[in-house]
Amino acid sequence: MIERSRLSVRDLVGEAISGALQRPSRSVLTMLGTVLGIGAFVAILGLTATAGGQIDKRFTALAATEVTVEDVGADQITHEMSFPADASSRVRRIDGVVDGGVYWPVPLPDPTLTGAPGMPGDGAGLTLYAADPGALAAMRPTVETGRLPDAFHTSRRERVAVLGPTAARRLGISRLDSHPAIFINGTPYTVIGVINNLQRLPELLLGVVIPSTTALSAYGPPTDAPAKMLIETRLGAAKVVAEQVAVALRPEAPDRFKATAPPDPQALRGNVTGDLNALFLLLAAISLVIGAVGIANTTFVAVLERTGEIGLRRSLGARPQHIAAQFLAESAALGTLGGLIGTSLAVALVVGIAVANSWTAVLHPSTVLPAPLVGTLVGLLAGLYPAMRAARTEPVEALRR
Amino acid sequence: MTPVVSFAGVGLTYPGPPPVVALRPADLTINPGEYATVIGPSGSGKSSFLNVVGLLDRPTAGRYELDGIDVGGLKEADRTALRGRRIGFVFQSFHLLPYRSALENVALAQLYTGPPAREREARAAEALAKVGLSHRAHARPTTLSGGERQRVAIARALVNNPSLLLCDEPTGNLDSATAAAVLELLDQVHASGYTVIIITHDPNVAARGQRIITIRDGVLHD
Repeated sequence: MIERSRLSVRDLVGEAISGALQRPSRSVLTMLGTVLGIGAFVAILGLTATAGGQIDKRFTALAATEVTVEDVGADQITHEMSFPADASSRVRRIDGVVDGGVYWPVPLPDPTLTGAPGMPGDGAGLTLYAADPGALAAMRPTVETGRLPDAFHTSRRERVAVLGPTAARRLGISRLDSHPAIFINGTPYTVIGVINNLQRLPELLLGVVIPSTTALSAYGPPTDAPAKMLIETRLGAAKVVAEQVAVALRPEAPDRFKATAPPDPQALRGNVTGDLNALFLLLAAISLVIGAVGIANTTFVAVLERTGEIGLRRSLGARPQHIAAQFLAESAALGTLGGLIGTSLAVALVVGIAVANSWTAVLHPSTVLPAPLVGTLVGLLAGLYPAMRAARTEPVEALRR
Repeated sequence: MTPVVSFAGVGLTYPGPPPVVALRPADLTINPGEYATVIGPSGSGKSSFLNVVGLLDRPTAGRYELDGIDVGGLKEADRTALRGRRIGFVFQSFHLLPYRSALENVALAQLYTGPPAREREARAAEALAKVGLSHRAHARPTTLSGGERQRVAIARALVNNPSLLLCDEPTGNLDSATAAAVLELLDQVHASGYTVIIITHDPNVAARGQRIITIRDGVLHD
């Protein structure tokens, strides 16, 4: 019997490529819409991921493990704090808490801080803070010399002080082996330590820190700025800790505290991706549709122009489906090529912008790799109708030219 | 000996209204190695005859056997395959693809029917050599003269080694000197053993055939 006509995939691809390349300038113009559409998609998603990556970078482990509790229920008249005396040990019992404690600026309107009794104040601009050992530990201090106050100093309301580097220099404290003292409004406080860095609340480096119990008995509860609690948690526990801390502090009145956990990085990224990008992605989609229409149009014109070729191929043994496959493959090749070019341009753009801003370019494989295939899909859809028209062309009619 | 073309009461009527008789039922036998010309004025049914013989159209009456195969009962896919393998077409307007070289145009005829890709080029080169165009193998059709283009088309028609070379006004677009050269080539092709049918309106072309069939108002006369 007669061996039927066939068209191998390899030959089909060859015909499609030479068909798409035989009019290069027309092909480039045809691809433009697809290039722009797919390029825009990849660029927008890439830039979003890159910008999101920068937020992630700023969003360090330090920030992610920090919970602050504000006293929003302090007594308006007596200024009595909402924090109980054992606040530090109460929060430490919460699972996930590393350390935590209360601190506040000591309510002295204009304290005189001197390095020797009777001297004029040379500590102008220095702030006096009260902090319990848990709060100091949560600030992640680096001790230059000496030590930090502990439970002993707190329980005995010892008059001891820790200085930041600025305060130590201004008050003339450089060595601690002679147990130097500073004077706050004439009252001596033994300097037991000098710190040179705080990873959290670095503003305290400009001041003098005394134990919270000492400050409370000597100068009373905070008035202008309420007391706050600083808690360091284990990584990932901040949100859960923030939910529990108010109840742990005062089970009978948890609404006197406002706990703030760091924002969720996922939520941060979501905010950036929203709004504006939806608009851009819509524009990209529109340009992709225009790209598809462009390919459809050109392929359709090509079918009309190449009627003679269709007739010839039919006379050479091509079946209608071979003709359809050829035109479909040509439009798919145009779409794929457009998708590849668009993706390449977009990747270059994203990397360029990232380099210009000293960012790290973030391109998800899940957006970059399928992008050229989206071009193929666009080309296939666009070629559907022209290919059907080509397949239906009668060889007798086609050869009459 | 199996005839290449065998008509038994083959006719073609286009359904109306009103019905148009393009080809009156006729009997015709063309044997292997024959050189036949079909002559008639325009509108005489030449194209209908070409379409029926070339399997581009189905007759509405009679029985047509090509190489002894009754093509009336065949499915369209089989008719298409038969057309590609057993019939070599030569057209008045050449129908060469403008963006491909002469060699590629000849090789194209093997795309749907022929041998694996690696053999095609060698066969195409061989066919081009037969028509004396080896030196223009890599030229684009746009740079070829009319006579050269028709020779490329003849090479393309021969590359699958068909049972029948079916030429439709092969010299219609050529000046008389070039036409003579092309007809000379067709004589050589016939001499090398091919069965040739030329359809034409030109008595000078028709005179080249060993057998002249006239067609007028759809009626064939041997």
